[in-house]
Amino acid sequence: MIPYKWREHLTMSEFFTLPVLVLTFASGVRFATPYLLASLGETVGQRSGVLNLGVDGVMLLSAFFAYWTVLETDSRLLGVVVGLGVGILMGVVYAIVTLIFKAEQGISGIGIFLFGLGMSELLFLKQVGTPRGIPSFDDLKVPLLGDIPHIGDMFFNHSIVVYLAVLLVPALTIMVNRTTLGLNIRAVGESPEAADSLGVSVNLTRTVAILIGNGLAGLAGAALTIELGTFQNNLTNGIGFIAVALVYFGAWRPLGVLAGSLLYGLITATVTQWKTLGIVTGAAASFTTMAPAVLTVIALAIIARRSADQPAALTVPFSRDG
Amino acid sequence: MEMTDLMLEMKGITKRFPGVLANSDVDFNVRAGEVHTLLGENGAGKSTLMKILFGLYKADEGSIHFEGKPLVINSPAAAISAGIGMIHQHFMLVNTFTVTENVALGLHTSDLVAVRKRLTELTETYGLDVDPDALVWQLAVGERQRVEILKALYRDARLLVLDEPTAVLTPQEVNDFFVTLRQIADDGRGLIFISHKLHEVMALSDRITVLRDGKVSGATTPAETSRQQLAQMMVGRPVKLAPDKPEVSIGQPRLTINNLSVMGDRDVLAVKAVELSVHGGEVVGIAGVSGNGQRELCEAVAGLRMPVAGSVSLDGVDVTAASPRRCRSAGLAFVPEERMLHGAVAEFTVNENLMLLNHDSEEFSRWGFLKIPALRNQADHLVGHYNVKTPSIDTPTSALSGGNIQKLIMARELSSKPAVLVAAQPTRGVDIGAAEYIHERLIAQREQGTAVLVVSEDLDEVMALADRVAVMFEGRIVAVIDRADCTVEGLGLLMAGADPSSN
Repeated sequence: MIPYKWREHLTMSEFFTLPVLVLTFASGVRFATPYLLASLGETVGQRSGVLNLGVDGVMLLSAFFAYWTVLETDSRLLGVVVGLGVGILMGVVYAIVTLIFKAEQGISGIGIFLFGLGMSELLFLKQVGTPRGIPSFDDLKVPLLGDIPHIGDMFFNHSIVVYLAVLLVPALTIMVNRTTLGLNIRAVGESPEAADSLGVSVNLTRTVAILIGNGLAGLAGAALTIELGTFQNNLTNGIGFIAVALVYFGAWRPLGVLAGSLLYGLITATVTQWKTLGIVTGAAASFTTMAPAVLTVIALAIIARRSADQPAALTVPFSRDG
Repeated sequence: MEMTDLMLEMKGITKRFPGVLANSDVDFNVRAGEVHTLLGENGAGKSTLMKILFGLYKADEGSIHFEGKPLVINSPAAAISAGIGMIHQHFMLVNTFTVTENVALGLHTSDLVAVRKRLTELTETYGLDVDPDALVWQLAVGERQRVEILKALYRDARLLVLDEPTAVLTPQEVNDFFVTLRQIADDGRGLIFISHKLHEVMALSDRITVLRDGKVSGATTPAETSRQQLAQMMVGRPVKLAPDKPEVSIGQPRLTINNLSVMGDRDVLAVKAVELSVHGGEVVGIAGVSGNGQRELCEAVAGLRMPVAGSVSLDGVDVTAASPRRCRSAGLAFVPEERMLHGAVAEFTVNENLMLLNHDSEEFSRWGFLKIPALRNQADHLVGHYNVKTPSIDTPTSALSGGNIQKLIMARELSSKPAVLVAAQPTRGVDIGAAEYIHERLIAQREQGTAVLVVSEDLDEVMALADRVAVMFEGRIVAVIDRADCTVEGLGLLMAGADPSSN
């Protein structure tokens, strides 16, 4: 994969060569995909006023079932469908917990995460035991666009899941802004009382948003495990939590979330590349691994001040009486 | 008049904010022993002027003298120690403290016995009847207000500013309250009374200063003016205080409420066995002091609150315990009391709020996709037709004034051509010009054959709009009276719980 052999003292200038940059960029786009899918889903949920901190758990559980399905059936498509289904199923659970029992969303989300973490580990140990590889997605070169030098390799030579995730950005933008469902989702996220008095069912609308959100989290998990071609305990390594942060980073807009996911993916790819190239070594490498998280926190501190964008009823359960 | 007569003299006060001249060359003064009313619409500059008095803003030009000396203060605490007290619209009391503790708070004294003793003297001197040992949360609203006044008097405020103090009181309480205020003024103190209720202003004031667009648009006394003239000074054009009501023929009952009982938020019956019907072409006004079940009654009719007994029907269709959606499809329109909470989504644009009711109809969407041009046409039409003042239909609703938000909600609700319109507090906090317009619109609904139910705490409004008046007290409708037989005094007594049969 890497066109340069590992050497003792690589310098920064060797990172800034076209092939390395193209490669880094391409892998950044790939890294970004699970973040994008998960945070797009979380965006829809949050626009309806529901915070789901359990994204990571949903991803893990979906990832395991998708992995297991592919392992057993050899069908990647079936794996993706199962991942999506498991996500939606977890959505049903989360909707019951938050909408019917009105549990504190910050806490119940953590519960969902811990459940997903533990359950996926348990099932993996019981059903699979030692990791075995599964076929990952094939790269699909987009006709014409894929042949543009460098640009084609960066953006137009990826798996179907990458394209799907990117296409979801305009699709969800339209859904949120230009459909009756989107209007209802935004109304119950901003002012459930007003929506209710106008005849919009708050809990039904929020349920739909939760199912979309969790379904996409499930898809993110399936995409991750199949892209990597394997499964292991805590495969996501916190992707689901970063995805929640990226919703704030992206100011609750699909396009903003895309920008955040790409930035995150690129930083991750760059750091990985530097470590591989030996530009950073030892303790410095460990520090560099933290870079994406640190940068996210800094970006959030600066950007997320725009509290005006936050749905006014986020995390607030709805009930009619006082 | 001599300089020495004046307790407070604000001269040539000018205050600019970016793009706004909040106060422009305003002269305002108060003599010892008088009640001087400051009258004006929202945004006319009343609160800016008072904030300058309290040192919260610094005037760009002008001077302030208090008791003959230039007034230099920069905080409400300094104002209090200078002898100026403020009674806020929202009470600043600790609910879990006793009256005495609330008065002592901030005095840096631990001698509560002494505080209680002086407090008792004050309550007797001014007839401000309140138990010094009662906990504030146990007190009625009128009593809490007296505690606020006692707090100021205890600190020897010579000048008292009262910001819309009667909003929370019944007509009878207002009468008592005015007697107390007069007594405080007779004691040589100065009172600034801020209000927009014209009949109260006429009843209480010695002098009246009217502000409009930051300038003094009139300075007068009740003897020299009328409510009509005051309204004109506030708005800048002639205003109809009571809309013309053309004769319309009364139709069949369209809203029928039978034996309806509804629980309140605290699981006690808020609405008790209410019987009421509203006919097509008729406005029924519900008069009552806030908190006597009006809100719960409206919510039950709108499908927002489950009744425990009885029934509601719209045009013969039973909608008891139906969802809001079913109530609306049966022909209900609802203008809720809390317009920013229940009536509109603050963060939405004008266009989005206008489409909320019908965006999923065939006319405005197909396969779940909104027909944006049709919706924008509708919004343009409604904004124009209902005179909603907004820079554009893409302006966030929260940027509009209260009156324009209410017009927007009216536009949306009335455009559904309802069989029954329920309007709760339709003009509360709305300026006179917008209120006049909203009243016209409500009256116009009679000609469409709509049954209109209006709930208001403002008796003038109920009297101006209603064909029949129903008085609510402690969850019951204690009387339904033809408008022609209504008097303010009679309704006031019923609102306070007088036995209707003795009337």
